[in-house]
Amino acid sequence: MSERTAVIGIGQTHHKAKREDVSVAGLVREAAQAALDDAGLTYADIDAVVIGKAPDMFEGIMMPELYLAGALGAVGKPMFRVHTAGSVGGSTAIVAAHLVASGIHKRVLTVAFEKQSDSDAMWALSVPQPFSAPLLAGAGGYFAPIIRAYMHKSGAPNDVGMKVAVKDRLHALRNPYAHLHLPDISLKMVEESIMLWDPLHYLESCPSSDGAAAMVLAAEDVAVAQERATGRPAAWVHGMAMRSEPTMFAGRNQINPQAGRDCAKDVYAQAGISDPRSELDCAEVYVPFSWYEPMWLENLGFCDEGDGWKLTDSGATALDGGDIPWNCSGGVLSSNPIGASGMLRFLEAALQVRHMAGEHQVPDASKALGHAYGGGSQFFAMWVVGSDRPES
Amino acid sequence: MSAPKQKQGTVPVAVASFAQTPSLRRIDQANEVELLMPVIGEVFEGTGLTKDDVGFICSGSTDYLIGGPFSFVMALDAVGVWPPKRESHVEMDAAWALYEAWVLMQEGVVDVALIYGFGKSSLGDLDRILAMQLDPYVMGPLWPDQVSLAALQAQTMIDRGQATEADFAAVAARARRAALSNPNAQVSGDSSVEELLAEDYVSTPLRRHALPPLSDGAAAILLVAGERAYDVVERPAWITGIDHRVETHALGARDLGASPSTAKAAEMAGVTDGVVDVAEIHAPFAHQEILLARELGLGAETVVNPSGGPLAGNPLMAGGLIRFGEAARRIWDGTATRAVAHATSGPVLQQNLVGVLEGES
Repeated sequence: MSERTAVIGIGQTHHKAKREDVSVAGLVREAAQAALDDAGLTYADIDAVVIGKAPDMFEGIMMPELYLAGALGAVGKPMFRVHTAGSVGGSTAIVAAHLVASGIHKRVLTVAFEKQSDSDAMWALSVPQPFSAPLLAGAGGYFAPIIRAYMHKSGAPNDVGMKVAVKDRLHALRNPYAHLHLPDISLKMVEESIMLWDPLHYLESCPSSDGAAAMVLAAEDVAVAQERATGRPAAWVHGMAMRSEPTMFAGRNQINPQAGRDCAKDVYAQAGISDPRSELDCAEVYVPFSWYEPMWLENLGFCDEGDGWKLTDSGATALDGGDIPWNCSGGVLSSNPIGASGMLRFLEAALQVRHMAGEHQVPDASKALGHAYGGGSQFFAMWVVGSDRPES
Repeated sequence: MSAPKQKQGTVPVAVASFAQTPSLRRIDQANEVELLMPVIGEVFEGTGLTKDDVGFICSGSTDYLIGGPFSFVMALDAVGVWPPKRESHVEMDAAWALYEAWVLMQEGVVDVALIYGFGKSSLGDLDRILAMQLDPYVMGPLWPDQVSLAALQAQTMIDRGQATEADFAAVAARARRAALSNPNAQVSGDSSVEELLAEDYVSTPLRRHALPPLSDGAAAILLVAGERAYDVVERPAWITGIDHRVETHALGARDLGASPSTAKAAEMAGVTDGVVDVAEIHAPFAHQEILLARELGLGAETVVNPSGGPLAGNPLMAGGLIRFGEAARRIWDGTATRAVAHATSGPVLQQNLVGVLEGES
């Protein structure tokens, strides 16, 4: 009963620490207009707009989609706002895709953004709550102990995280939209950067970025027509899934969460994938802190539990010479407009299978994974996109 | 047994169960999780369903009420999502969470969905908080409070001869009388229009009775698709149409005496395709009920807000979902065959959602 759904337009901003040249509306419109241009459509062609972002306190505007209705051409149309913590960019794309897959709409514009320079995410994440231990260290402080537990359990050498930090920044040099362009990046440079949350050095952490991401999702007939009209191929959705689990309970596996494993299993089953490492050509995975690459390699079934660091260590996830390149765009470690970071993963996966990723293109990529996670590693959103139309 | 013909969608989906807390001015002794837990428990009672049957969970809330990020994250503990579940959240009234679930259920992969919403108005100053919904560059810095904005809208209606202050009082008097039979109501009573008109203005032309109470509260609904709905409730309230639309944020560019987004959503949902027995309208201010009833295309045959509506209890982020629960209740008990549920969001009715619920005749 599900209609075939495709990504026919993609847009993103040049991500930066401060986009002082634009308002919030100007920021989202930059990405949305680029996506519409790519799709060969205008705002008037769009049936509905789905917008996502992380906590409203990151900009200090309550439910900002209300204020953005005009800027995104949504007046007189359905406008929908998703918020699922860090996974929100991915969840937003999925909610938008279901509007097409369910047969309700034909052309849906989806947008995600964060303008971190308007506020202070560390502060916004650390507002004291009654009867709760204050989290005064931001996200890095939350995840560092989990990373240390992973290192202890897997016996991974100390430099694996630093290798991820270098690899993703080398990838970012090939992505003109990436926030961080560090041509001199090296293991030594990462190691010599200050220790923020042991074992995470400054350069093993994501930046704070202003940025937006947008996609136009379309039903099969529209996608085929626009492919012809624009000469640009569509990326077809082969599977999409979301899973959540509670933040904490006795015995919870925070290193390799069940919700992530279940979500991956679901999306692979929909896409007909039994061995993700050999059947996917590349993956854009939410890695805001370096060590999450080896951890998610295991969680997403690219290797056995405890072996993730070996894949990273061997160079398997590098764009040059790796058999399963991860985060060819530079990933979250190179650009992190929080609410948009998940959508950037989904969008970059689609770019790859459309063969439109430019210098960071994986040759002949035809199937790619987009992934996002949020909260205390408890909210997961994933999709698999392909160059070919799925069978059902 | 078969579900009524659908105006929108192809998979029949019914509102099958509903629970809510009483609306109270201040619930100090319960945080959001504690507020929700009994409601989540109650919504499953007598349905034969447990959370293990639920294929999708969706909630609506806003961080600005609690004053901290991720208020929905801990709230999820009220459900206990273990093993992991397919789950999502909207930073909107939970009526939009219901919409998201309805859309997903059209694909036929989920047949039971749990929807909930919650909001505590008592934690802060709503007049200040809701001003932060306005655009941050032009309108927001003026800090207009929600009552003053609503008063501008009411005055527009008076100036156009669409309604009088006595009409606003009549809406409030009827709502309070209706609320006498609603155990969850916060405001109820038997007041005459004359008595209400003797009150002082809060913001001209609105008197106290034309304003909603400040409420803490939560609500939950179970949606069930297809034949399985009959296992839960004898006469399911089938959603035969549902749509939502938004207007511009620029108040000066809007006609506050009209609600084109409501009219469009009502048309899409098929409100006027048949007689509407009951309408539950999410009109926080008395004059908005008159405006919305007109834009929904309702006639004299429709009983409006038999629960008392938002004038009797107004928990933010759950208020729209409660309209779906109250409308469905009238289908379940046989007092209505066709009902309309409406939800609103944003300053002075900026965004509106309309659902049509039908029982078998």
